[in-house]
Amino acid sequence: MKRIMSLIVLVGVLMSLLAACGSAPAASPTTAPATTAPATAEATVAATTEATVEATVEATVEATVEATVAPTEATAEPTPAAMTVVEYIMATAAGMTPEAAAALGTITIASQSPLSGDQAALGTGIRNGVELAIEQANVALAGSGVEIGFTPFDDQAQPEVGSANAKNIVSDPDILCVVGHLNSGVALASLPDYSNSSLVMISPANTNPKITESGYANAFRVVGRDDLQGPIGARFAEEIGVKTVYILHDKTDYGQGVAEFFKLEAERLGLEVLAFEGTDEKSDFSSILTPLQAANPDMIYFGGLYPQAGPLLRQARDRGIMAQFLGPDGLDSPELAKLAGDALEGTYYTTVAAPVSQFPNAAQYATDYTAKFNGSAPPFSAQAYDSAAFCQAAIVTAAVEANGKPTREQVLTAMKSLPALSGITGTYSFSEKGDPNPATYYIFATNSDPAMWDQNELTSKIESAPPTE
Amino acid sequence: MVAEANVSKQDLQRQRTLQTLRTVFMPLGQLILFIIGSAVVLGLIVVVVAFFLSRSDPKIMQTAIAILPQVMIDGMVRGFLFATIALGYTMVYGVLEFINFAHGEIFMVGGFVGAGVAYLLMQWGLLSTLPWLVFVVIALVVGMTVSGLLAMATERVAYRPLRNSPRLVPLISAIGMSLVLQDVVRLIATSSPLGFNARFETPNFGKPFQIASIPLGERAIPVQISPKAVIFIVAALLMLLALNYLVNATRLGKAIRAVAQDRATASLMGINVNQIISLTFLIGGALGGAAGVLFGMNIGTVNPYMGFIPGLKAFTAAVLGGIGNITGAMVGGIVLGFLEAFVASYLSLFTGGAFSGASYADIAAFSILILILIFRPEGLLGESTTQKV
Repeated sequence: MKRIMSLIVLVGVLMSLLAACGSAPAASPTTAPATTAPATAEATVAATTEATVEATVEATVEATVEATVAPTEATAEPTPAAMTVVEYIMATAAGMTPEAAAALGTITIASQSPLSGDQAALGTGIRNGVELAIEQANVALAGSGVEIGFTPFDDQAQPEVGSANAKNIVSDPDILCVVGHLNSGVALASLPDYSNSSLVMISPANTNPKITESGYANAFRVVGRDDLQGPIGARFAEEIGVKTVYILHDKTDYGQGVAEFFKLEAERLGLEVLAFEGTDEKSDFSSILTPLQAANPDMIYFGGLYPQAGPLLRQARDRGIMAQFLGPDGLDSPELAKLAGDALEGTYYTTVAAPVSQFPNAAQYATDYTAKFNGSAPPFSAQAYDSAAFCQAAIVTAAVEANGKPTREQVLTAMKSLPALSGITGTYSFSEKGDPNPATYYIFATNSDPAMWDQNELTSKIESAPPTE
Repeated sequence: MVAEANVSKQDLQRQRTLQTLRTVFMPLGQLILFIIGSAVVLGLIVVVVAFFLSRSDPKIMQTAIAILPQVMIDGMVRGFLFATIALGYTMVYGVLEFINFAHGEIFMVGGFVGAGVAYLLMQWGLLSTLPWLVFVVIALVVGMTVSGLLAMATERVAYRPLRNSPRLVPLISAIGMSLVLQDVVRLIATSSPLGFNARFETPNFGKPFQIASIPLGERAIPVQISPKAVIFIVAALLMLLALNYLVNATRLGKAIRAVAQDRATASLMGINVNQIISLTFLIGGALGGAAGVLFGMNIGTVNPYMGFIPGLKAFTAAVLGGIGNITGAMVGGIVLGFLEAFVASYLSLFTGGAFSGASYADIAAFSILILILIFRPEGLLGESTTQKV
């Protein structure tokens, strides 16, 4: 009797469990519109920016520069047709009256990035990029009487330090723009303070969608977003002729999220999704690979990180599964090459971060950087350079309009109305939320030698407008 | 008269040898029976379910049948992993009635030591020239020695001082030991050239053995087993036989069994209880270490946290088979491995992709396990008078 009772209870529990699990997959892709939107949004955004760019540029610059503003699609070309940020700053500053320039007083741009701790290499690169941008702009602007100062802050890659720095920054009235942070978590901790005083923050490195999705009007970035890596992966798959995909993920926010977005876009593009499987298995993937081998996909998409991807790939190749393998930037680590070795053949990953050498317009920057700081420019430093340049562009525009020292609100307004300008990492205008339009995503083919990971071959570049909702 | 006595003595001798052979090899028979039984039962369930589902989609039946042999092989390999780890749990439980939760970490240490040995051999340029059997033996011997000694040391430091405390106390000590070992290994690994995620280098074992090839549409699905998995299974079977021989047919085994039955009386009979318990941990640890080496070799990577989940599942397997019973541990491991492999491979196919098999494999496998334990609380091979180690 007792046994039967417990059996009934067990069956009840199981059924409710299954019911709970059943509803989960259906409920999760609530953000669906985000990914289906870009295709249509791209066209409209491109059209509108084109129009506004031409209008504003011609209005403010008049005949000083030949306004050869091309549609944003043209930015994939090595020589961008859009006006460069520096040209824009020069042109705008030229329109400033001497009285306004005199009234400017001290204007400062701050940077926030980890200058100490184990992420100091990247953080210092960001600070140096900003410093170089400001220095070069000051040289160029020497005639106009505009001089911009620079205050670097060390956020130690810690949210509480970043937030404390942010309080210092907003209390200094001369600081009109912040370039930072390296870590999305630190940026999210500091954003409320910036936001309260309408201080513009441009991030050279934060890819977390929340940065621009949390409703902060003052948050901008010049890199792509994590939630577009999935769709970009699907577009790449289509580009290289893949017809069927088998999707695996690691059941984490990151991995499953990316995989779901990949699935939506893949289905939209007409690829056949053979399966969508999640696993927290870390080592023995045999029971995942058996059905996979029977399904015989052209490509395996793995939403997850390299410690899992390494053994998975090895075991798949050992079994003779030769499908292409694609994943998000969670695979971007030399450790993957160490774990998977030769099995890496035919493996790609998508990322928003490309080394400085990937930007055709950044060659001069790389040389200048090495000359000034003794060492090659780390990733994100070129983006920091661009971020600082956009800061300057907004400040100068606001100063011209205010005919004197602008307020932070005026800088924010100017930032939002900037035309599409080309920096050294690409041509951007900002969406309403502050995402770059277009953002560039990179697809790299992996290298099976861990020491050569830096030299992974860039296979494809895909530009995408930010999702609009 | 004398001749008669001689004959009866010979008879007795022969009888005794036969007895020994039976106690050593009978478990093997039981094990094979359970492997075949699990495969047949689960295979039949799959066929029946596929039959009902194939009315709406005939492809389901084809695919289900085509991958069936491979799923069985996967299940068996997975089962032997749980089985070899479960041996260590069951040994210690048999003697001390205590769950050594640090056993999963002993397994992990074995894997790391194996990876370290392989790394050194590679540094010396011996890895590619060494015959694979020599490599396996070296890695196994070193891994088993380190793991066995570590298990013994763990017992000395963390369990022996608590032997007469309430039962929960050493359990908590074991959990603590497990965490300590994880992080000590992490510390050592990250400051060594192996790194946190260490690669287990191996000589080239060659391509997987193709057993058959099943046509599915225009393609053929291979049924294959990798040489490493074969080594794993053979080694696991040898371990079972050796352990059975040791426990059932040697003086040491008799002493272990005596301590398991009644510690106080055993010590009155002149058995050094502390020594026997240490030896039990040494043997259990060495088996765990061997499992770690073989598993690491099979998978290709090891990391400091890899022991936790297999350890937990092996513990479950030991309970499923009837904890304290050596053959039971093996059988429990095999059944659990089969359950997981079948659920992981078929759930998604049978539900049309609504459930991801791999993510719900644990839920399904453990539910079936609860069902089995409701009807056989003493475990598959457990009896009212459990044969203790």
